Amino acid sequence: MADTQSAQKHAIEVDDVTMIFNMASEQLNNLKEYFIKLAKHELFFTEFRALKHISFTVDPGETVGLVGTNGSGKSTMLKIIAGVLEPSEGSCTVRGNIAPLIELGAGFDMELTARENIYLNGSLLGYTREFIKEHFDEIVEFAELRDFLDMPLKNYSSGMVARIAFAIATITEPDVLIVDETLSVGDVFFQHKCEERIRHFIDSGSVTVLFVSHDIEQVERICDRAIWIEKGDLRMDGPVGEVCEAYRNQFN
Amino acid sequence: MAEATKSNAVTHARSKMEKDLFILQQLVSKDFKIKYRRSILGVAWSVLNPLLMMVVMAVVFSTIFAQGRNGSITPEMYPLYLIVGNITFSLMSESTSTALSSIIDASSLLKKVKVHRFVFPVQKALFALVNFAFSLIAVAIVMLWFRVVPTWHLIWLPVCLLLLMGFCTGLGLLLSALTVFFRDIRHLWSVVITAWMYFTPIFWTTDFIAMMPRLLQVFIYANPMYNYLQFMRDIFLFQVNPSAYTLAMCAGWSFVALILGYVVFHKTEHKFILYI
Repeated sequence: MADTQSAQKHAIEVDDVTMIFNMASEQLNNLKEYFIKLAKHELFFTEFRALKHISFTVDPGETVGLVGTNGSGKSTMLKIIAGVLEPSEGSCTVRGNIAPLIELGAGFDMELTARENIYLNGSLLGYTREFIKEHFDEIVEFAELRDFLDMPLKNYSSGMVARIAFAIATITEPDVLIVDETLSVGDVFFQHKCEERIRHFIDSGSVTVLFVSHDIEQVERICDRAIWIEKGDLRMDGPVGEVCEAYRNQFN
Repeated sequence: MAEATKSNAVTHARSKMEKDLFILQQLVSKDFKIKYRRSILGVAWSVLNPLLMMVVMAVVFSTIFAQGRNGSITPEMYPLYLIVGNITFSLMSESTSTALSSIIDASSLLKKVKVHRFVFPVQKALFALVNFAFSLIAVAIVMLWFRVVPTWHLIWLPVCLLLLMGFCTGLGLLLSALTVFFRDIRHLWSVVITAWMYFTPIFWTTDFIAMMPRLLQVFIYANPMYNYLQFMRDIFLFQVNPSAYTLAMCAGWSFVALILGYVVFHKTEHKFILYI
């Protein structure tokens, strides 16, 4: 433990990441189309660079906000950090467990009950069975859904699904927490509860938090550093006040 | 601090393998729950289904095609011949046809959660194996009915299943990867399975096959499923050790399918996310 700290290992290392998507103007969904295109030499896609040579590092315990307009590449960046997307060029290293609050309820099966989904989702997050069993009540307690535990998830409202998802993902203190506007779901009371829990992680000093929001005030309130990505380029990286100020000024 | 490290040790799986195994187990149990939810007989269907299929096939093929009347299989043995062949073939057809679209169906998950992609085709193969285990109860019932006493040759069963699972998993990996890029395979595969079924001696008996055109015979005997069916019938029905040839062929096909499936899946899997 002392070793890793003295070596100053970064929690997140994004090294020269470029993400290229093939903008298939139409999706080729069958062999016939494929061979026709192949024969016509039309199988070349226009490339779209969602991220261009992005590099940054985040130290353990830091709270970093990602800002940028819609379609600027924030979500692509988060997906690469979460390990869902592989960068076309460059590399991304994350040390420790990630709790991705990217899209709440992604690992859920709507046919299963909430009880069954807690185990399924827990397995996807890498928890052990014993751990889930031990903390089952705690999860249910936080989500406040005890009365609906054995109801299939398809009968739940989206807010209720988000509650369970949030409760599972944050039941243990992760090394890296990724929050992507997840707080906008759920009612005000639950939002407040979520923010409190995130705040608790931030204050603990050992959780690295990546925070994405369009609410600049919220970013300023929560983070101490901000990264501004615009059209795939890293525009600015620095103290939250300066970056947010510059971000706001671009519209004037 | 000490408390944090202590709790960290138990919260998360210690290895990728442990994590994947837990995910696989959860996914297979999910399939199982969804399959039998809201059916009155529930899991009993896994036993009833092969039995009913056997009855239908026994009636059709022993009357219309005069199978099991003379030659290699006696009329008493024919139902057992059918059910053993059918459940073995079903294990392959079920696992491959579900594995086929497993990656596409898991797209919402793959786009948002970091998870090893191979778990989805493997999940389907394992689920087919669970169903197969239930159909073995049906086989036991048939053996009881026809007073066939099982012999120690059944100790070969795990070997046979291991090889067959290797074959099914390999095919499943291959198909699931290809289907991501060519959705046509989804439609094509059901035709392939039907053709494969007719070219596999599920209901045909050896004497009947001998009367078929030469080319057809080559097709039937060069087909991997023939070897697996032979293996299963050797231990359940004929109660002999599988021949060295059968063993070698089963192992060979299993190996080839696994290697092919692994290579294709591994080479293409990083592109999945762009196509699903």
